[in-house]
Amino acid sequence: MTKSILIDTTLCTACRACQVACKQWHDLPAEKTTNLGSYQNPQDLSYMTYKLVRMTETVIDNKLQWLFFPDQCRHCLDAPCLSMAVDESAIYQDEMTGAILYTRNTRRLDPEEIAVSCPYDIPRTGSDGTIAKCDFCNDRVHNGLKPACVTACPTGAMQFGDRKDILELADKRLTRVRKKFPDASLLNPEDVNVIYLVAFDPSLYADYAVAGTGRGGISRSVALHKMVKPFARMMRI
Amino acid sequence: MTNHWIDLKNSDCILIMGSNAAENHPVSFKYVAQAMENGAKLISVDPRFTRTSAKADIYTALRSGTDIAFLGGMIKYILDNNLYHLEYTAEYTNAGFIVGKAYGFEDGLFSGYKKNDKGGPSLGSYDKSTWAFEMDADGVPKIDRSLKHERCVFQLMKKHYDRYDLDMVSQITGTSKEDLVTVYKTYSATGKKGQAGTIMYAMGWTQHTVGTQIIRTMAMIQLMLGNMGVAGGGVNALRGESNVQGSTDHCLLWHIWPGYLSTARASNDSLDAYNKAFTPASMDPLSANWWQNYPKYSVSLLKAFFGDAATKDNQFGYNWLPKVDDGEAYSWFDLFDAMYKGNVKGFFAWGQNPACSGSNASKIREALGRLDWMVNTNIFDNETGSFWKGPGMDPSKIGTEVFMLPAAVSVEKEGSITNSGRWMQWRYQGPKPLGNAQPDGDIIMQLGHRIKDLYKQSGEFADPILKLKWDYETHGEFDAHKVAKAINGTFTRDTTIKDKVYKKGTLVPSFAFLQADGSTASGNWLYCNSYTENGNMAARRGTKDAPNNIGLYPEFAWCWPVNRRIIYNRASVDPKGQPWDEKDWVIRFDGEVDGGKYVSGKWVGDVPDGGWFPIQNPDGSRRTDTKYPFIMRKHGHGQLFGPGRADGPFPEHYEPLECPVEKNFLSSTMVNPTAVVYSTKADGHATCDPRFPFVGTTYRVSEHWQTGLMTRPQEWLMELQPNMFVEMSEELAKLRGIQNGERVRVASMRGALEAIAVVTKRFKPFKVGQGTVHQVGIPWHYGWRWPETGAEETANLLTPPAGDPNTRIPETKAFMVNVTKL
Repeated sequence: MTKSILIDTTLCTACRACQVACKQWHDLPAEKTTNLGSYQNPQDLSYMTYKLVRMTETVIDNKLQWLFFPDQCRHCLDAPCLSMAVDESAIYQDEMTGAILYTRNTRRLDPEEIAVSCPYDIPRTGSDGTIAKCDFCNDRVHNGLKPACVTACPTGAMQFGDRKDILELADKRLTRVRKKFPDASLLNPEDVNVIYLVAFDPSLYADYAVAGTGRGGISRSVALHKMVKPFARMMRI
Repeated sequence: MTNHWIDLKNSDCILIMGSNAAENHPVSFKYVAQAMENGAKLISVDPRFTRTSAKADIYTALRSGTDIAFLGGMIKYILDNNLYHLEYTAEYTNAGFIVGKAYGFEDGLFSGYKKNDKGGPSLGSYDKSTWAFEMDADGVPKIDRSLKHERCVFQLMKKHYDRYDLDMVSQITGTSKEDLVTVYKTYSATGKKGQAGTIMYAMGWTQHTVGTQIIRTMAMIQLMLGNMGVAGGGVNALRGESNVQGSTDHCLLWHIWPGYLSTARASNDSLDAYNKAFTPASMDPLSANWWQNYPKYSVSLLKAFFGDAATKDNQFGYNWLPKVDDGEAYSWFDLFDAMYKGNVKGFFAWGQNPACSGSNASKIREALGRLDWMVNTNIFDNETGSFWKGPGMDPSKIGTEVFMLPAAVSVEKEGSITNSGRWMQWRYQGPKPLGNAQPDGDIIMQLGHRIKDLYKQSGEFADPILKLKWDYETHGEFDAHKVAKAINGTFTRDTTIKDKVYKKGTLVPSFAFLQADGSTASGNWLYCNSYTENGNMAARRGTKDAPNNIGLYPEFAWCWPVNRRIIYNRASVDPKGQPWDEKDWVIRFDGEVDGGKYVSGKWVGDVPDGGWFPIQNPDGSRRTDTKYPFIMRKHGHGQLFGPGRADGPFPEHYEPLECPVEKNFLSSTMVNPTAVVYSTKADGHATCDPRFPFVGTTYRVSEHWQTGLMTRPQEWLMELQPNMFVEMSEELAKLRGIQNGERVRVASMRGALEAIAVVTKRFKPFKVGQGTVHQVGIPWHYGWRWPETGAEETANLLTPPAGDPNTRIPETKAFMVNVTKL
């Protein structure tokens, strides 16, 4: 059974323990940042920031809301980036966990192509041309641990488990959360292994909280790749 | 905390006011979230919309420093709408006590006020004898449990808070009347039987010239609503460090000895005089008056200090202890004031960073330059150790010799911490200390040995040093177990108690066994029961819950007193001993009944606050062999009327020392008339001064800790919060022409610093009286030493030289500033 994460943003307090835990487990360097007038930092995901809590202040129905969105790779069931990468040694899916994994051979790929293929705007390219993103803490998962971000979360906003159980939990949480937030929704639960629960219009949380239009699945190049996918698979070494 | 962290989950309504738990106590939100899952309402009241507010059902803002007005309005609302828990209020609080005729209150002043004309930090003081209760012929307080007597506490309270109507409160606090009613209504719904409301507060309440009284106001609300002693209730101080509770229990503060015994005054010229001065006497046979045991605890403490050298003949070494001068205070403020005036020559800065953490930090930095020497014991160099090369300092003119002693970090040593919920938890050593860093215990032991050696050679009045018991090492190293055992206490000779013989050296089972005759030693009576012949209780990790299944986990770690997880828990039951709340019950009386009377006694659930029978029998008759539930109070009742505090028996709203209004709307008494205000030339302050038109407040963020000593060098955390910042409303930014993200100047009467402007909807201007008041907020985690730019400074350069009269905690949560473009 593959694994999934539920990120219930209604329970997230933006303490950002997940963001730091991610850096710690992956031993990623800190970015040199400046406060640009908000708590959110760094400003965006990067080659050395796989997880980022996006913070948005907005007024909904005359009430101020401060929305928190711990953004990361969704580990799509059918990942456009994987489809796009013809080279199986560059991007592959761990059949056991469902993790979409990037290797150093991503250097051989066209980073722009991989980037635009992602409906959630996740992959980032380093100076040496390799592409990086959240790896689902696949090494931890294979050793019976939860991903670092899930372990660090103090409120239970992030839950990890077998996909079937997480889907069940997500539905249960949604029913419950809707009592307080009628517009609450799960974001692309059928397509991804990292499932978000949001209380309001998802576009308020992040530009690509839900699969972006104009990106990923419907871009012309991906459409083309999808069309030739069986053929491309055959061509893999 | 009267309750504990896990217990938050049992609450029906959580008020977070004076704290920002989501950001500063993130793990607490696990239990807040659980409570909300079960239908609890979360209320956030804060001058600024925080990450806590973002999760709250109800949010409203108040101007910093107006909490007593806000809460006083809640008291009035509860009384006007009969929302109080009548039976609880009448039986368990002093609502029915008759106050003497000498008591009065007029125009902001209680009876007995005397202004301080002699100079010195205190503005004035009260003759508290005018606040005394009326006693009957036996010396027992007169009580009218019908609460109708015109001079009973309940009626006086009603009169006192009658002035706190919605219009009045709204014009003081800047909170809309609608929001006030929403908060009052939601919270006071917990006055119903079976409902519990809790308060989570921290420095947002304590750090005011009226800090103690803000907390008392809430304690009164909790008593009236029957929320003390129950699961999901209580008055809960969220401590700002993992072991603040422990260090306070073990006498961090100048006026307290371990276990909240009083520091001896010079006028307490014998042990008997000392014990007499601090042992309360009650003539009421129904009052446990637990502090009547004071001499047992003080003598046992002296035995722990001086061991065999402490004998009855030498008053157990009482005269070897230093005494404080009567009428003098030795708080943080007073120490640095004395240092600034050149009256302190040497200083140990141990695990602290006063150059950034103390209010009016410029004065502190200057004071450090007037020392002969300073020892800085810390895990890193900091702004204190390096003060002599800090901003504005000329090293060639500073004579202070600074020694740095590198200390081991917490994970490198064994010992206990006591968390906010009073849980003493044992921690094992992880890695060994790096380099020549040593655990604090070893540094202190060596220091003690060296001082003793010096005194052996010569020295005036050497006995206090030479007689001090100093044997907490094993194989030459500090042994935390030896200290923990000494804190718990031992029998000093073979002793028989209730037909049982306790051999010399046996660990004392609990404080009920401590004696005033020298047969027991205990370093802290409150911790007696923590390390017994059954082992180190703090090291327990049992995860079985108690039969009431409310998350007490009595076999996990150990909790003072005597592993009681919720204190005042005998108020969680009705007078017949049955829980007000059948679902989340804390204790219940399970004794046998014969003819409507209890004939055998047994409590189940938590460790009860004393094992006496309930106050009443099942048939409603009152028992005479019982005790009132508030056993630590002289008269056994929760104190709606608190005649022991420096600033009055009822909390009253006064403005902060620095405030934006010309007058206190409630009276002509502007500032707490007993506040402490310091007055050297480094202690300037200004009210309604056009140069400093905006209210300022300080706070923490999730991403840094304290003065940032442990977090500023941590790059992953600096990535999250890289700069000093100042949060302000969009309206204020417009007024000042400030852009979001722009670097600006923030100044007060005492100093100035640079900060990044965070322009946000989370701050809103307040409508106060007829005017508009703007407020800004700044975090206090930064300091010039790191980051390398030296441009990020501490908020405490701006904070004021004034404090609470009871605690002398500084008023860092409300003062006046200006914000300008650079």
